[in-house]
Amino acid sequence: MSRHRHIAITESANISVVQFTDSKIIDSETILELGQELFDLIETDQRKKIVLNFSHVEFLSSAALGKLITFDKKAKRANAELIMTNISPEIFQVFAITNLDKLFQIKDSEADALAVL
Amino acid sequence: MTISPLTRTVERSLPSSLAGGYIEFIQQILSELLEFGWRQHDLFGVQMALEETISNGIRHGNKEDPSKRVHVQCQLSPNRFWARIRDEGKGFLPGSVPDCCAVENLEAPGGRGLALIRGFMTKVSYNECGNCITLEKLLNAEDTGASNSRTASPPPK
Repeated sequence: MSRHRHIAITESANISVVQFTDSKIIDSETILELGQELFDLIETDQRKKIVLNFSHVEFLSSAALGKLITFDKKAKRANAELIMTNISPEIFQVFAITNLDKLFQIKDSEADALAVL
Repeated sequence: MTISPLTRTVERSLPSSLAGGYIEFIQQILSELLEFGWRQHDLFGVQMALEETISNGIRHGNKEDPSKRVHVQCQLSPNRFWARIRDEGKGFLPGSVPDCCAVENLEAPGGRGLALIRGFMTKVSYNECGNCITLEKLLNAEDTGASNSRTASPPPK
């Protein structure tokens, strides 16, 4: 059985494509577990190329943003490449308001990300 | 602007728990605005502002003390969302919160709630001690970001 409750991973060559399984990332328990599942991709699995696909995500809170920032930081520290894709206009507005669009590497689609990894 | 005669008022006293009770309340507000014809894009902003203000009140204001409540008053209409959220904590100085959007703070994991509230609302203001925030979103206002320093107006009579 998968050890992941909040993400689904598919492998494409040596690239891990990660989908969120929750459409709304709000409650504190979900955010805590999701954070750990993301961190494990770097710290336990030692994945080096990750595409984080937001196509299922309709809403996320600032607490969830905190986990994404920590995840991005852990990836950079481990010399892993992390690209976020398929971000809705509303979620992109969240990134833009908080200037995270300048911190995160973002591409329109999964194909765009796979092309540069 | 003209206040719609269709304005509906909703008041609720919420427990100081992040376990989820307040999330259902926010969904109720969104459902009522949806009935007023609000679009998903605008509902997203309302959801963000309510999520961040109420969870801040529970977490930072009331410090999840079960003896304290978060008091929410909303006024809803086809073109205006107004809300006042008050916790029972000591309050805070909004100006004392570091600017999370500054380049040197971009990697700090916390402190983005206030920026999101301001970003998605037309007007935001606080009471003097900082334990009560007033939000307003006008659908025919200019887009977010340009007018956040204005003071939210009182509820319509």
